[in-house]
Parts: sequence; structure tokens; C-alpha cells
Amino acid sequence: MLRIVAIALGAALVLLLGLPLLSLVLRVSPGELLDRVRQPLILEALRLSLVTSLAATVTVVALGLPVAYALNMADFRGKHALEVLIDLPMVLPPTVAGVALLTAFGRTGLAGQALALFGVSLPFTTLGVIVAQAFVAAPFFVGAARAGFAEVDRKYLDAAASLRAAPGTAFLRVLVPLAAPSLLAGAAMSWARALGEFGATITFAGNMPGVTQTMPLAVYLALQSDVEAAIVLSVLLLAVSLTVLVCIRLAPSRLPGRARRAPR
Amino acid sequence: MNRFVRHLVLAGIPVLTPVVPAPSATLNVYAAASLTEAFQELGLSLQQSHPGLTVRFNFAGSQQLALQIEHGAPADVFASADQRWMSSVVEKGQVDGEPAVFARNRLVAIVPRTNPARIGRLEDLARRGTKIVLAAEAVPVGKYSREALGKLAGAEGYPEDYHHRVLANVVSQEENVKSVVAKVQLGEADAGIVYRSDVTPSVARYVKVLEIPDPYNSIATYPIAVLKSAGNAQAARDFIALVTSPQGQAVLQRHGLLPAAGAATPAAAEGTHP
Repeated sequence: MLRIVAIALGAALVLLLGLPLLSLVLRVSPGELLDRVRQPLILEALRLSLVTSLAATVTVVALGLPVAYALNMADFRGKHALEVLIDLPMVLPPTVAGVALLTAFGRTGLAGQALALFGVSLPFTTLGVIVAQAFVAAPFFVGAARAGFAEVDRKYLDAAASLRAAPGTAFLRVLVPLAAPSLLAGAAMSWARALGEFGATITFAGNMPGVTQTMPLAVYLALQSDVEAAIVLSVLLLAVSLTVLVCIRLAPSRLPGRARRAPR
Repeated sequence: MNRFVRHLVLAGIPVLTPVVPAPSATLNVYAAASLTEAFQELGLSLQQSHPGLTVRFNFAGSQQLALQIEHGAPADVFASADQRWMSSVVEKGQVDGEPAVFARNRLVAIVPRTNPARIGRLEDLARRGTKIVLAAEAVPVGKYSREALGKLAGAEGYPEDYHHRVLANVVSQEENVKSVVAKVQLGEADAGIVYRSDVTPSVARYVKVLEIPDPYNSIATYPIAVLKSAGNAQAARDFIALVTSPQGQAVLQRHGLLPAAGAATPAAAEGTHP
């Protein structure tokens, strides 16, 4: 009895998640997809999405690595506060993130006024899109990187230290390669989150084709005037997201980091 | 019966057997974002004259509301900021009866009170580097704004390519008029084009208004209709009767809208929005 209920509930979830995606794909013929993809509006949004999400990912990795390392290796005052701060964008509604970014980096914002002295303005710019994406995507990388660092056996770092490797060398030559699968998975999740970013982007960076109109914005706005275009864009985004997830699933086992890890 | 199920049933009893026999009714009004303040006031007065009735509003860009209605949203009344999106719903056979035009609205340009780009006249919108925010073309106010800019091009004191120059300065195309207001009010944009009625007293504290002269203004027309899917058709008709009544028209005008027919200059509205 219980088993049947469990199966029914499980099947309901599979339907809930699977059916919308399946219907989306069934609405578009491959020929139409190819035709539509060549439209400048869609190409532009796709290009902008790829450029900004990759830039956001690079930013998140560069800024996130030292933070993840510090959170993992050291105890310091305010560590818990830092952990909460870093996890916050994951649970914050993206539009709230957008408003917060405006109050900080907007023209009248705290940091915005300082940036203006250097002639930098973030709202309504592609740079603003990258900032919005990095803001929401950062927790995914930092979380994965922390988990990855935690998995690495300390004795390798001790060995590196005993061989007089500088901490920086040990970090780059020992820790990062050993944690590579987690780091890559974290980067991929961040990338996927950046790619899907909508609320913070439209609130903070606005909506301008070729400048700030990324794929999710294009989908949302196309839906209001050209439903077919919106569906095609959605299928495209779905394909990209699916590719990311499949790559994450397949990649770790083939990475050198796993192979080199010694048995405990 | 298992204890958990018994609890569930017990908990369900008050829900299944309502204490008040008359079910409280809800009226769902889907209205253009520019109607927010005026309609909220009208909704309250309808609730007062119809005890037990709850009026719920969904304010958004008319294009978005039309889309939601076409996809089966539970709307009783649709009030659009242009004929285009009302026609779209009419063509889908979803309107009961004929839409009635109940109001009009003037366009104005707004700049932040701090006026970072030092915009003093409409001509300044064409100055290179000015950050202008408009609604997207699909949004009624976006279409009207582009029309008005087109009419200004070549007018006395305006260059022939005025509208192209202004459009080249657009840094964002917003999805409804309230987002345009917000971007200007926050001082992020140097200027935007919105409806007169959007410059509410609370917005007026943060923005300066530049009038667009009548011959070049593109006056918005607002049709309203009962929808076939209305679960509460009587209340829907009552709401529309209120909106088109002298009392309703007075409320609309107090909020900066124009009467359905007549002079384009809102004599009454000018005083309320200094």
C-alpha cells in the first residue's frame, strides 16, 4: 500500500518536472528552431548570454577560490557571518538582489557614486549584467569549492609543506588539482545559474537588446509579443542548461584529480 | 480510521461547512499598470457599496495582461491602456459585449529632481549620452512614446531626426510604465516618458515633469470590458458602471487621467500634481 502511494507520488513529481519540458520541445520543429536561431534578436541575446555568463563565472571563480580556501582552512572572527553572507544570494529573491544592487551600485548608490568618479556606471550596461549574474551565482561556486577542499586529505598538504612548498604553491599545485572535480562542478553550476538569471538583471541592468537583454529577458519579453519566438528561445535555453548538467554528470570520473586521489 | 486521517478530517470540518452561508465573492480586475492608483480607489468604493465583495487587482503592462487572459487567467474585467491589446482579446472571442472607452491619458516626460543630465526642454532628450528609459514597443505607453517622438521630429525647433536621436539614447526598454517611473525616480535614468497619471503625489516629490504639447502628444485611450470567463459577471458590470459614472470619472481625473471624450488638457488634474 505504502509502496504504491510512494510510486504514485514519485511519478507525479516526474510528470510535474518532465511534462512542461517535453511539451516545450514538442511545440517546435527542428526546422523552425534553425530558422529562428538565425534571427538577429535571438542570436544577439544568445551571444550576450554566453559572454556575460562566462564572464560572471570567471569572476566568481577568481573571487570565490580564496574565500572558499579561507573558510575551509582557517577559523576567524566573523566566519559564521561570512558564511551566511555568501549563502544569502541563493535564497534571496533575485528582484530583491536587483534592488539591493541598485542601492549599492546605482548612480546614487553608495559605491555607485565612487565608481562614477572613475567614469564607471553599472546600471544599463553589460558590465551591470555581469555583476548581477556574479552576485546570484557566487554561492554555488563557493559552496562546491568548500566541499571539494574539505574532501582533500590534509596529509597531501602536509607533505607539500614538508617539501618546503610555499603555501601558494601548495594551493595551486596540490589542493586545486585534487579538488578540481568539485571546482569544475561548482563553476558549471554557477555558470548555469548566471545563464538563467532574470530578476536581478532586469531590475538592476534594465532591458536593452544587444546590451543587457540576455536570453531569459528575451524569452520573457518575446512572450508578450511573439509567443513562437519565446518558445524557440526557451527550447534553446533548455538545451544549453541540459548540456551543462550532463557535462557535470559525466566529467568528474574522467578528471585527473579523481584518479590521483590515494585510498584512505 | 487512522488517527492522522481523523485529525485531518476534524481540521477540515470548519472549511467544508462555512459559518457564513453566503459565500463571499471576489472580482478579479486585470488593469493597465497606469491605472493602479485610480482603480485601487474605485475598487474600495465598489467594496463599500457591495458588502461581502472583494475586489482583487492584477496591475501590469496591458500586453502581459492580454497574454494572461488569452491563456485562461481567471479575470472578470480587463482594462487596457490601448485598443491594440483589447482588440487582441476581442479577436480571441473572450470579451462579453462591446468594450467601452472610459478614459484617456496624456504623455509627459519626467526627469529626476536632481536632473543629472540638466534637461530643461524636450529638445534636450536628443542630446548625445542622455540616458533615456522608455517602455518596450509592445507596452502601450512604449508605442505611444515612440509615436509622440515621431511627431516631434521636424517640428519647430526640433531636428528632422529627433526621434532617431532620442531612441539612440534609450538605455532600457521596460516591461511596464511603472518600471520606467522607478528608473527615473531612483535617478538611474536621466529621463523617461510616462503617463500624466503616473506622476502621483509620491512620485512628484522625486521627479520634474516636462509637458509634451498637445499637437505632438499621443493621447492614450483606455477601453474596458467584461470577459466571457467572468465568474462574477454582475459585479464586473457594476465595476464598469462605476468607472464610467460621473463619480468614477471624477476619481480618474483626480488621479491625472482625462475623461473619455473632451478636451485633452486635464484642467482638474493639473492642480493635483504640482
